[in-house]
Amino acid sequence: MQQLLQQLINGITIGSFYALVALGYTMVYGVLKLINFAHGDLFMWGAYIGLTGLSALVALMSRGGPILILPVSIIVIVTIALVGVLIERVAYRPLRSAGRLAPVISALGAAFILESLARNIYGASWKTYPTGLVPAGRVALVGGVRISVMQVLVLVVSFLLMALLYLFVYRTRIGTAMRAVSLDHEVSRLMGIDVDGIIATVFLIGPGLGGLAGMIVALYYGSFDFTLGWIFGLKAFISAILGGIGNIPGAMLGGMILGIIETLGAGYVSPQWKDVIAYAILILILIFRPTGLLGERVAEKL
Amino acid sequence: MPLLRIENLHTYYGHVHALKGIDLEVEEGEIVTLIGANGAGKSTTLRTISGLVRPREGRIEFGGQVINHVPAHKIVQMGVCHVPEGRRIFTTLTVMENLMMGAYTIKDEEAIRENLRRVFDLFPRLAERKNQLGGTLSGGEQQMLTIGRALMSRPRLLLLDEPSLGLAPMLVKAIFETIREINARGTTILLVEQNARAALKIAHRAYVLETGRVVLSGPAQELMRDERVRKAYLGER
Ligand SMILES: Nc1ncnc2c1ncn2[C@@H]1O[C@H](COP(=O)(O)OP(=O)(O)OP(=O)(O)O)[C@@H](O)[C@H]1O
Ligand SMILES: [Mg+2]
Repeated sequence: MQQLLQQLINGITIGSFYALVALGYTMVYGVLKLINFAHGDLFMWGAYIGLTGLSALVALMSRGGPILILPVSIIVIVTIALVGVLIERVAYRPLRSAGRLAPVISALGAAFILESLARNIYGASWKTYPTGLVPAGRVALVGGVRISVMQVLVLVVSFLLMALLYLFVYRTRIGTAMRAVSLDHEVSRLMGIDVDGIIATVFLIGPGLGGLAGMIVALYYGSFDFTLGWIFGLKAFISAILGGIGNIPGAMLGGMILGIIETLGAGYVSPQWKDVIAYAILILILIFRPTGLLGERVAEKL
Repeated sequence: MPLLRIENLHTYYGHVHALKGIDLEVEEGEIVTLIGANGAGKSTTLRTISGLVRPREGRIEFGGQVINHVPAHKIVQMGVCHVPEGRRIFTTLTVMENLMMGAYTIKDEEAIRENLRRVFDLFPRLAERKNQLGGTLSGGEQQMLTIGRALMSRPRLLLLDEPSLGLAPMLVKAIFETIREINARGTTILLVEQNARAALKIAHRAYVLETGRVVLSGPAQELMRDERVRKAYLGER
């Protein structure tokens, strides 16, 4: 029982990483019906910019401490959000009426460019985050379960961000317009919604969130290399499909489920088999629910 | 000066020459109807006015301003609202959210509340269903929602594309009565209809479109008596 709880907490932690990144895929898919293949690499760039920012700040202040994470987070969010908007402007918008295939190629191109740039600028070696940013201790929970301060931090931040995003999308005027644009561009324009503006907003929020997730993930694991975007990006993409692509609560749910299945598989069977188990279950779920867990059939009509 | 004035309008879809020089005017307070066979260019005329497609030639003037090159979402702000063909409500948004999207261009909360009151007054059914998802409404209710949603921006000119399409005869009658009611409350209407008889009955003036050209126009009463109109559009021999 204690082990199960421990595993669940670990699973939810990893799941919340997947969820944060999956949200970017799902939001962009919602408004453009396009898989933004560059998203995983934007996430990875968040890890690199976080590395540069935190290393510089630790050197400059000659001290650690969680307070340093805050200004760097803001830099990461702003930079990656701007790169996201730039990609939309130069790689996607000109192709918006060019059918479904050309934007996909453009997205893959953007992904390769981002990955190559990272490798050329930062090199192919493993990078290590500065230590001493987050206290190393553990907190005891009920039933003998122990959770690290780092885990507490990432869980609180992830859930807070997801809650804020949910409120934004479902409770505000702009968020509702975002859902309207996901359903019908033309009618949205006839309502007076600036569809290009809404799409740009999505490309601010999705990559901003994804970039921050990159920094959080790198901080959590301590080290990473340029393949981070590919592996994590793919798993987050799968989470988005699992939850029902285009559906925002679905991306959160899909990420959590994938993280939990993976962790339980690794803990109870063996780490070598975790992917086999996780993806076999995924295939099963998709066979029974091809539109994903929360995928909306009504929306598919359009 | 007419509220809407269109001169020599040419619109293309790629190589398809859909509008071949349309001239049309709508005076403030009128109901003007546009009738014609399938593919005549009725929807294209409305789509060009609302900015969904761009004309290659000609001009569109609304309230004295040329709007040919104004983006669709800004044309709405100027007071033109287009209810497109087919009931294109936002299916996974609630009725209330659909209506709020209709009021997207309005910033003043008080004005939004006032418009909502008017819409619920016109369509009490929508008030009963305000928390339901749009996609769960019946066909007739969805049509009420598309019209109600358009009225939320309190347009000066309402463009309606086949509002009676696919509705049961009882509902068709109700929709035409509603259109007349909306007009009586001060909204100018440009109405596209297959149901020429019903449209001519409520309209002040009418234009007949054939393959992208206006072939006839005049007061609706006169067109209803016109030999050619009776044969081609009112199903008489
Ligand atoms: N997206 C498009 N691409 C190419 N051609 C189009 C497109 N939309 C309309 N057309 C063509 O333009 C012409 C006018 O079409 P439009 O939809 O305006 O007709 P309509 O009078 O509204 O017909 P209906 O009564 O069937 O709705 C038709 O010949 C049609 O085939
Ligand atoms: Mg039509």
